[in-house]
Amino acid sequence: MAMGGGRRPFFRRKKSCPFSGPNAPAIDYRDVRLLQRFLTERGKIVPSRISAVSAKKQRLLAQAIKRARHIGLLPYIIR
Amino acid sequence: MAYYENVFLARQDMSPTQVESLADTYAALIEESGGSIAKREMWGLKTLAYRIKKNRKGHYVMLDMEAEAAAVNELERQMRLSEDVIRFLTIRLDEVTEAPSPMMARRDRDDRRRRDDRGGRDGDRPRDGDRPRDGDRPRDGDRPRTEEGAAAPAATAPAEENS
Repeated sequence: MAMGGGRRPFFRRKKSCPFSGPNAPAIDYRDVRLLQRFLTERGKIVPSRISAVSAKKQRLLAQAIKRARHIGLLPYIIR
Repeated sequence: MAYYENVFLARQDMSPTQVESLADTYAALIEESGGSIAKREMWGLKTLAYRIKKNRKGHYVMLDMEAEAAAVNELERQMRLSEDVIRFLTIRLDEVTEAPSPMMARRDRDDRRRRDDRGGRDGDRPRDGDRPRDGDRPRDGDRPRTEEGAAAPAATAPAEENS
């Protein structure tokens, strides 16, 4: 407890990438329900520092979301 | 030859049979030039996320194929010319999988997701990790809080000793 910078007021659990590890979902531009979880309510792609997606998977995810947007499965903006 | 996947959107006022025959002509085009269609899926009439060429809905058709690049170029050229095709997307695949795309397994998949949410995957993960709560602005919770955190207990500690 106490002094040495130990206890923080906000404990933050270490986040792990939702696309890594066993039985992780495959990133597919056709899987709208999956991709939707990584969009904000305005339709922007959620930054990986918030969603905890690894850098490699974030690149694949961004590509998939952009493909889905192009063929009208996902919106570019939600007004 | 390489594997490609083409998804195209047909106009909303076409009948499903017309869409089917349109897909037939494109499939024939690939086969004429020595390619083969590995998989064909009709996703049906779906509502678009935004208007494309005055259409609010569109018929989705997916074609997985093994073909020469030239054949795919010709396919794309035909689609650009066609008035019935409002949008298309061709991507290259490493391999063609037999399993139906997530589009087809939509219903049962939804059920599984919901059960998952309650039980396993989200149970051991902070909920707010998924999505920022306040819109598009990143939360300042992401910034390190060390200075405040370390300062607070240090200030209160001497006070406790005195009393």
